[in-house]
Amino acid sequence: MNLITPDPGLLFWMLITFGIVLYILGKYAWKPILKALGERENAITEALDQAEEAKKQMASMQAENEKLLAQARSEREAILREAKEMKESIIAQAKTSADSEGKKMIAHAKENIEREKTAAINDLKNQVASYSIEIAERLVRKKLESNKEQEELVNKAIHDFHLN
Amino acid sequence: MSAKVSCFFYVKVFSLLVLFVTFFNVNAYSQVEQKAETDTAVTTTQEHTEGFNAGKMIMGHIGDEHDWHIIGDFTIPLPCILYSKTKGLDVFLSSNFEPHHGEERKYNGYEMKEGKISLLDYETKEGLLTLVDVKVYDFSITKNVLSLFVSAALLLFVFLTVARSYKTREGKAPKGLQSWLEPLILFVRDDIAKPTLGTNYKRFMPLLLTIFFFIFFGNLLGLIPFFPGGANLTGNIAIPFFLAIVILIVIIFIANKHYWGHIVAMPGVPKWVLIILTPIEILGFVLRPFVLMIRLFANITAGHIIALAFYSLIFIFGAKSVAAGYGVSVVSVLFTVFMFCLDLLVAFLQAFVFTLLSSIYFSSAIEVPEHH
Repeated sequence: MNLITPDPGLLFWMLITFGIVLYILGKYAWKPILKALGERENAITEALDQAEEAKKQMASMQAENEKLLAQARSEREAILREAKEMKESIIAQAKTSADSEGKKMIAHAKENIEREKTAAINDLKNQVASYSIEIAERLVRKKLESNKEQEELVNKAIHDFHLN
Repeated sequence: MSAKVSCFFYVKVFSLLVLFVTFFNVNAYSQVEQKAETDTAVTTTQEHTEGFNAGKMIMGHIGDEHDWHIIGDFTIPLPCILYSKTKGLDVFLSSNFEPHHGEERKYNGYEMKEGKISLLDYETKEGLLTLVDVKVYDFSITKNVLSLFVSAALLLFVFLTVARSYKTREGKAPKGLQSWLEPLILFVRDDIAKPTLGTNYKRFMPLLLTIFFFIFFGNLLGLIPFFPGGANLTGNIAIPFFLAIVILIVIIFIANKHYWGHIVAMPGVPKWVLIILTPIEILGFVLRPFVLMIRLFANITAGHIIALAFYSLIFIFGAKSVAAGYGVSVVSVLFTVFMFCLDLLVAFLQAFVFTLLSSIYFSSAIEVPEHH
């Protein structure tokens, strides 16, 4: 019976001790501990959320980068294509212009040659005319001597002209 | 990583402690026994033939004492604080009690028998001076009271230290004592208070934590067989009784109309049924904390009784033949180690169950009815 009868003395001391322990721990231990634990948990949750956010941002940034890269690549291709086209057109242009220039030069040369030729012909004509006049002069001078001599003279003149 | 290592370290140290403690216990009890035997041999021949009285030894150990027996003849005297109508307040050390007659010890008219102090004094009754048993109010610092102080001091020291480390290491990972106790604090919060009390849990945390750790530390101290521990504190009916009363008072204070309504007149039940139901509900209201008390008391006391009973086997057999005593001691020690491990589990489990059930009772007391 002793075993299951609460001892009043022990109960009294328990009341005092438990009261003190409950008060002190409640005020100076549980409150700061639970507060610190809650704060730490919040901080952890926040940090995790932030990390998630950062991850998402990274992903979006990466996608953007990818897009930019693709854009740059296509642009480069376009530029290259354009440059190639330009090169080809320049070459073609150069070719045609060189062609026409050549043709022009040839035509010019031909023209020159023609001009020289006509000048030369004219010159020749003039000379032939002057020689003819000279011959005619000499013929006229020697006419009186003899026919034979006249003939000889003409032949000689012609021969001279020819030689000339 | 370091938390794991230190946890493992604790386990190792603790298991070594368990082994050490168990063997120490055997020595201590064998010396107690020797003394007891010589004492009984001197006093009565009848007891001598009976030899070792296991029941008496066990009851002595799980009960309360006015002085703390350490080893052999060495006991720590504790202060006796007594109050009676005839003698007023009396404070003296328990070592003043002189052995008087058999088990009784006397001092200054006080008589101590089986841990209880009584006072025989003369009182004038109907004009005559007669010898009567005067009521003594005993507020002595007994073994259990001292043990209570020790566990309270330990609680205060441990948790104020932990609280301080939360301040100095704010926002950082726990370390040392803090990392050892944080899981338990979180366990009480996340596995006891939150699931039962829901959003109201914050109000009850200080009480639940204090009760949990008070029981847990008390149980563990009771398992340490040498000086600061070894008292059957949480197994003494007064402690679970007090805690149960605290729970009951808290329930009475926080209970809402809904809760009282269900006890006094269960809604939706015919009037004549209430005649049976209301007394049952009222009984249940008192019975719940009562069962809390019985569960804690019985579990812890039973643990102590079984451990001590295994030791007693050694001396019971030893009284028949020394060889049998040594033979049985091997088995006894093994069993006691097993029981000790079981009691470590029980120490935690009972603290957990007490706190959990209290928390459930609180939640039912503040439950707000749902309207469908």
